[in-house]
Amino acid sequence: MIDLSVDFGFIKLKNPVLAASGTFGYGIEFSPFIDLNKLGGFVVKGLYYSPRPGNPPQRLVETPSGLINAIGLQGIGVKKFAEDILPQLRKYQTAIIVNVCGETEEEYAKVVDFLNKEDGISLYEINISCPNVKEGGCCPAQNPESTYSVVHLVKEVSARPVITKLSPNVTDIVEIALSAQEAGSDAVSLVNTFLAMAIDVEERRPKLANILGGLSGPAIKPLALRMVYQVVKHLNIPVIGIGGIMTGQDALEFLIAGAKAVQVGTANFVDPEATVKIIQDIQRHCQFNNITKIEDIIGTLNE
Amino acid sequence: MLKDPHALITHKEHWKDYYLFTLESPIIASQAEPGQFIMVRVSSLSCPLLRRPFSIHSVEGKNIEIFFQKSGIGTSLLSNKITGDFMDIIGPLGKGFSWSQHSKTQDIVLIGGGRGIAPLYFLSQKLHSAGTTPIIFYGGKTKDDIPLKEKFEQKGFTIYCSTDDGSFGFRGLITDCFKDQLKNLTPKQIFACGPEPMMKAISQVAVKRGIPAEFSLESVMGCGFGACWGCVKKIKTKAGSEWVKICEEGPVFSSFEIVWEEQEK
Ligand SMILES: Cc1cc2nc3c(=O)[nH]c(=O)nc-3n(C[C@H](O)[C@H](O)[C@H](O)COP(=O)(O)OP(=O)(O)OC[C@H]3O[C@@H](n4cnc5c(N)ncnc54)[C@H](O)[C@@H]3O)c2cc1C
Ligand SMILES: Cc1cc2nc3c(=O)[nH]c(=O)nc-3n(C[C@H](O)[C@H](O)[C@H](O)COP(=O)(O)O)c2cc1C
Ligand code: FES
Repeated sequence: MIDLSVDFGFIKLKNPVLAASGTFGYGIEFSPFIDLNKLGGFVVKGLYYSPRPGNPPQRLVETPSGLINAIGLQGIGVKKFAEDILPQLRKYQTAIIVNVCGETEEEYAKVVDFLNKEDGISLYEINISCPNVKEGGCCPAQNPESTYSVVHLVKEVSARPVITKLSPNVTDIVEIALSAQEAGSDAVSLVNTFLAMAIDVEERRPKLANILGGLSGPAIKPLALRMVYQVVKHLNIPVIGIGGIMTGQDALEFLIAGAKAVQVGTANFVDPEATVKIIQDIQRHCQFNNITKIEDIIGTLNE
Repeated sequence: MLKDPHALITHKEHWKDYYLFTLESPIIASQAEPGQFIMVRVSSLSCPLLRRPFSIHSVEGKNIEIFFQKSGIGTSLLSNKITGDFMDIIGPLGKGFSWSQHSKTQDIVLIGGGRGIAPLYFLSQKLHSAGTTPIIFYGGKTKDDIPLKEKFEQKGFTIYCSTDDGSFGFRGLITDCFKDQLKNLTPKQIFACGPEPMMKAISQVAVKRGIPAEFSLESVMGCGFGACWGCVKKIKTKAGSEWVKICEEGPVFSSFEIVWEEQEK
């Protein structure tokens, strides 16, 4: 039997394949298609303390091998999540990760403080790409100081291990990753979406009502992989690779580059069974190459 | 709801830019309701990436049909498929027309603009087998844009057609054709699908005359099953009005629920 489990020190995952935030709903949307217990875990849609209306449509544009979204983090808020969703998730034997959002640093802390009391959550993933209303819409991910500050605050209140999810829209992602590590983050995940746009030529108008959105999907995979490779070299906490993963081969590239696990995003829309198929693909690869433990592949890039 | 990666194309027809595919998909066929849709993977490669939504056009035994207009990359690729090919589909999705409560109502009017006629055929099948004969309004730009006219006529339905250029039937918009006929008709229920300005105009007439009306809305869809929050439209809810996922709560809504957009292109 091949051992697909990966040990983060603070948590052991069944396998290195997680579903990415915002692309997997609250998890239950996928239960008609797959057995959620087969996943290494899943990250639920970003949660602010209060419900959020989100952006007006058009919210999505397809581009070559990619998707630009400007959902605007529409969501139900922590209370409704704890009352209506979490009880349905507790029956699953897999890591359930909450993607924590905030309009201010204090809101991140409030979300975590509220959820600390609830059972059934394994980890928090802090989404530092949320626009900060007090800082003129800049997000904490944009500089090492604000990253440090929000991660440090969340770590102080958190009763659970914390993953910091990094934005690729920065000059030097290694610098930001280091600052998350220094602030006490237990792991980092990268990348979130790339700031992007699309224009309707006939109308000479932006295709998205929000003008700008975030690019995801296969189009970003080489960029995301490069960033994971760079970050892994400089950090001593676990790194989770995200960006354009559609197949087991894609996932293996991130693992070989040194990611301890991966998250699958946009692929879930195209094929709601994508996560499970990726796990099968990885298993087959191991079988074929006489690898007994997936951990033996991680960070084995021959340079 | 399920994913059927092996829906076999058993029949294909086409008229200029309009295509009709018959797909063998027994479970989806057994669950489908008029107004529901399927998400179709148009390519197994990553470009085009997303699935495309199509209304269920009819159900006959273990088969479903889709009727679509070639209007971009995805629909072009789809139009190249041939009988014997498999299609990867997810469905049935969404909430359809509330037709069953009207099975005894006569004077039900179905109004379709262009490819918006697609879901109304399935609805007419259901209404017909429940004992009602709906009245059909079908509009298009030219006579080439109303290819399903005969299909409805063969069922014995009364059908009014309009074309923008007057090449067949009433010259002008189907909305005006419908308004014109209101001197002879007293509809008890309207079901409509088509371009948004058309549906908005019909909704206004319906509200003014106190006729209940339901509309099937369109929006760019990332997933079709409630996971991406990309497909929202403004809908009146208990909480006021909110951006509601039309793939889950719709795509069919009543004139009292829909907040129509102010500007039209
Ligand atoms: C619930 C629902 C049911 C539909 N039923 C039918 C049907 O029965 N027959 C039919 O011909 N068409 C139907 N449509 C519209 C159909 O989905 C689009 O025409 C199709 O997605 C266009 O794809 P494309 O790649 O050819 O066009 P492109 O313009 O190349 O597509 C680019 C992107 O925009 C999206 N898109 C483009 N136009 C539309 C549109 N009008 N609505 C939603 N998304 C769009 C595509 O899905 C794709 O993601 C339906 C749409 C919805 C939401
Ligand atoms: C529609 C959509 C919504 C998303 N929402 C969130 C979110 O709420 N929080 C977050 O941290 N990332 C969010 N993301 C980013 C993804 O989790 C992921 O980082 C990104 O899409 C890159 O991975 P992919 O190429 O596999 O999709 C969202 C992405 C998409 C496409
Ligand atoms: S299309 Fe994804 S939520 Fe409606």
